[in-house]
Amino acid sequence: MTDFLAPVEETIAEAPPPQRGGGAVRYLLTKVGGAIMSVLMVVVLGFFLFRVMPGDPVTIMTRGRPVSGAQLDQLRAEHGFDQPILVQFWNYLVGLLHGDFGNSYAFNAPAGAIIGERLGPTLLLSGTAAVLAAALGLWLGAKTAWYRNGPLDRASTGVALVFWSIPPWWLGVVLLMIAGGVFPTGGMQSPDSPTALVPHALDVAHHMVLPVFTLVLAIYGQYQLVMRASLLEEMNSDYLTTARAKGLRDDMVRRRHALPNALLPTTTLVFLHLGMVVSGAITVEAVYSWPGLGQLTAEALEAKDLPLLQGIFIVLVIAVVIMNLVADVLLRVLDPRVRAS
Amino acid sequence: MTSPVWARRRAAAGRVWREFAANRGGLVGVVVLGLFVLTAILAPLLISESSLDVTRATGQRLESPSGDFPLGTDENGLSVLTLTLWGTRLSLVVGLAAAVLSVLIGTTVGILAGHFGGWLSAVLLRFTDFFLIMPSLVLAIALSAVLEGGAGTIILAIGVVSWPTSARLVRAQTLAVEARPYIERARALGGGHGHVIFKHVLPSVLPLVFVNTTLAVGTAIVAESTLRFLGLGSTSEITWGGLLRSASSSGAITYGAWWYLLPPGIAIVLLVLAFTLVGRALETVLNPKLRERR
Repeated sequence: MTDFLAPVEETIAEAPPPQRGGGAVRYLLTKVGGAIMSVLMVVVLGFFLFRVMPGDPVTIMTRGRPVSGAQLDQLRAEHGFDQPILVQFWNYLVGLLHGDFGNSYAFNAPAGAIIGERLGPTLLLSGTAAVLAAALGLWLGAKTAWYRNGPLDRASTGVALVFWSIPPWWLGVVLLMIAGGVFPTGGMQSPDSPTALVPHALDVAHHMVLPVFTLVLAIYGQYQLVMRASLLEEMNSDYLTTARAKGLRDDMVRRRHALPNALLPTTTLVFLHLGMVVSGAITVEAVYSWPGLGQLTAEALEAKDLPLLQGIFIVLVIAVVIMNLVADVLLRVLDPRVRAS
Repeated sequence: MTSPVWARRRAAAGRVWREFAANRGGLVGVVVLGLFVLTAILAPLLISESSLDVTRATGQRLESPSGDFPLGTDENGLSVLTLTLWGTRLSLVVGLAAAVLSVLIGTTVGILAGHFGGWLSAVLLRFTDFFLIMPSLVLAIALSAVLEGGAGTIILAIGVVSWPTSARLVRAQTLAVEARPYIERARALGGGHGHVIFKHVLPSVLPLVFVNTTLAVGTAIVAESTLRFLGLGSTSEITWGGLLRSASSSGAITYGAWWYLLPPGIAIVLLVLAFTLVGRALETVLNPKLRERR
C-alpha cells in the first residue's frame, strides 16, 4: 500500500517532457488536424447516435402516436430509411457537404434553414453573457486570490459556489417570477417593435436583460474559481519576490507581473468552457422563449423531431470544436512559454 | 485485524477525518447530506402511496400554503411538500449512479492510457479530448431522446458524456506514480501489468477518484434535473426536475405560485452544494499543497 496521503498535485505537475523541435507551422497543422478529426467524429457520431436503437428513427418519431403500417412505410421512404445503412450514411455525408441536414419532421422544412435562422439570436445571447461573465469572473478571481482569506475572498468564493450549484434554468424561472413585471418575460422583441435601428436595438436589449443576467450568474463562478486558482499558483513565484525586492508597489506587482501570467491559462479555459455556456444557453432560452437554438432544441424534443435534433447537435458541437481551435492558436500567439516548449 | 498494516491504515483514516472535521464547510456539507439521505430512506414510511396518486388528490389546484398543505399544492392538488420529499429518492440515486458510472469509465480509460503507452494511449487520448470539449448537455439530450426509458436512460446518458475530466486526472496521476522508483522495482521483481495496475497504481489513484466522484455527483444531479426539465425520461417518475417542469408548464410562474417553484429548486441547490462542499473539503485534506494555500 502506498502512502494514502501522497501529495496529488506535486505528482501531477510531472508531465511528460515536451517534445523539442517543430515550428509554428507544425503546431498549427497538428491542431487543425485534431479539429478536423473531431469534426469527422461528430459527423459519424451524429449519424449513428440517431440509429443505435432497434427499429429506426421513424419508430422513435412516431412513438406514442397512432400510425398505421402503411404510413410508417411511407415515412420511411420519404426519409430514406428503407435503404441499406451504408447508402443512408453516404447520402447523409453528401448532404452535409452541401449544407443539407435533412428535413425537419415538425416544421416540414429543411433543418439547415431552420437552424440558420436561430443561430443569430443564440450567438447574441451567449456571446454577450460569456463576455460579461468572463469580465466579472476574472476580475473577482484576481481580487479574491490577491487578498486571499480576507472577507471579500470568503464571501465571494462562497457566493460563486452557490451560483455554480444552481441549475441556470431554475434561476431563470425564479428571476422571471420576481422581475417578470418589470422586464419582458419572453421573446426577443415586442410584437410592435420599432423598425428604426436604434429603438429596435434598445427593444432587443430590454428583452435581453433577464436571460443575459441569468446566464452570467450561472457561469461567472467557474471563471472566478479558475482565475483565483491560477493567480494563487503564481503567488509564490520567485519573480514576484524579485519584483517586490526592486521596490515596486503591491499594486504594480499584481498588475504588471502576476496578472499577465495568471491570465494566460485562464484565457484558454474561458474558450474551453464555451461548451458550458452553450449548455446553459439551451435551458435559459427555453425558459425565456428566446428564439435561438436552445428553444429550437426544446421544440424539437417536444415534437420528437430527430432530423432537426441531429442538425442542432452537429452545428453546436462543430461550433465548440472551432472555438477550441481558436483558443489553442490564440494561446500560442499570446504565451511565449507555449511557443518555447 | 491487528496487523501493523491495518493499524497504519486506521491511523491514516483517523488523520484524514480529523483534518476533514477542521473544515467547517465540509462538516456542514456532511450534515446536510446526511439529512437528505435520511429523507430518502424514510420517505416510504412517512408518505403513503395515496398521497402521490393524482386520482386521489385532496387539495385544490395550486392552493397556497395552509395548515393541511405546508407548501401548498401542485396543479393536480397534491401536496408540494410530499412530492418534494419523495423526489429526493430518485435525484439522489440517479446522481450517485451517474457519477459512479462516469468516474468508473474515466478511471478505466485514464489508467489504460497512462499505463500502456503507444497507439492505445494515443487513441484513448484523442477520444478523451473529443468528449472533453463536447458540450455534454447537448450529447446527453440527444442520447436520452433516442433511448427510451426513465431513470436508467438518464443515468446512462449522463455517465457516458461526463467521464473525460476524471480520465485526464487519473491518467496524469498514473503517469506520475509509474515514474517513481518503486514501480521499477516491482517490474524488476517480475510484476506484470495486472500487478502494477491493481497493486500499485490503483491504490494511489483511489483518493483522487473518490474526491472526483463526490464532486461529480453534484454535476450529475444538476444534469439530471435539466434533462427532466426538458421533458426527457419517464413522466411517471417523481423528480425535482420533473416537478419544476410541470410547475412551469402549468402556469405557476405567471400565477406566482412560489410554493411550487421554490421547494424543488432549493432542494437541488442544497444537495448539489452539500456534495460540492464535501468534495472540496476532501480535496483539501487529500492534497496538502492545496491545504496550506486555502
